Amino acid sequence: MHELAITQGLIDLVLEHAKKAGAKKVLRVNVVAGELSGFVDECMQFYYEQLSKGTIAEEAKLSFQRVPTQGRCRDCGHEFIIEELNWICPKCQSNNIQLIKGMELFVESIEVD
Amino acid sequence: MEIKVLKDILSANDRIAQENRKLLDKKGVFAINVMASPGAGKTSVILQTISGLKSKVRIGVIEGDVSSRIDADRIAKENVPVLQINTGGECHLDANMVQRALKEMPLGDIDILLIENIGNLICTAEFKIGTHKNLVIASVPEGDDKPLKYPLMFTVADVILVNKIDLLPYANFDLNAYRKAVKGLNEKVEVIEVSCVTGQGIKQWLEWLKGQLGKLSNG
Repeated sequence: MHELAITQGLIDLVLEHAKKAGAKKVLRVNVVAGELSGFVDECMQFYYEQLSKGTIAEEAKLSFQRVPTQGRCRDCGHEFIIEELNWICPKCQSNNIQLIKGMELFVESIEVD
Repeated sequence: MEIKVLKDILSANDRIAQENRKLLDKKGVFAINVMASPGAGKTSVILQTISGLKSKVRIGVIEGDVSSRIDADRIAKENVPVLQINTGGECHLDANMVQRALKEMPLGDIDILLIENIGNLICTAEFKIGTHKNLVIASVPEGDDKPLKYPLMFTVADVILVNKIDLLPYANFDLNAYRKAVKGLNEKVEVIEVSCVTGQGIKQWLEWLKGQLGKLSNG
């Protein structure tokens, strides 16, 4: 359900920047989303189509660049991609892992006419 | 033409959260975002906090639920200011809902404001609401694997209460593994074992809370 709120935030941001640039139409929205940012692409796409109706962004394609979850081992300093939520350092087997990537959720850019 | 935006999608929410924080600071209110999965004991911890501190500090409560006034009614019996927010389906409180609620609260008469978020370990961690600290309530029957399944929540926590600790003999819950997993994600977090039934650990939790108030008035 929170995709609805996130998508509304996304559309507000897109329209604000499109307006600033004097755009007539938004063609594409490039979103960067960490794996842990907790939303479903298809769900966001669905809400996007509903919420953007009647705006200059209604025909825009949503494109998602997913950022894998990454950790840094506090014991040996190794940085690695955390697969399937396995919070163990592959180098020294420590589970003292700091989360460094995977939480981001931002609009990288928009493509407009 | 490509236009760089590089802006967080939740930036509008974060801006309102900052306004909330400013208002709370101005009124001298220390606010806590209380997060947990459903049934972990959020309302029970709030009730314990009220009964332990009511004579010393003035407490106010904002109750977030998808629907119903059940929790607010439980709190209202304690004669503290309480407001119920019903999100009508949204699975988290956002800064805007909290801003509206703050306008209704007698902030001048409150030292500690406990804001009970929706029972959910996912998106409640993503939407800032303007509070000073994040309290996460875990509970023994949920299992010890939750930090690794919902890492964001445990990363944003300032203090974690492991509630229903009296059930430890009956559950397959490895407390050492749990503490290790939590500390791995979040070095600085305080972990306190409590039981709202036996009262174990509640004193320690109240000490932590009073310590935060002390820091606030000193700084």
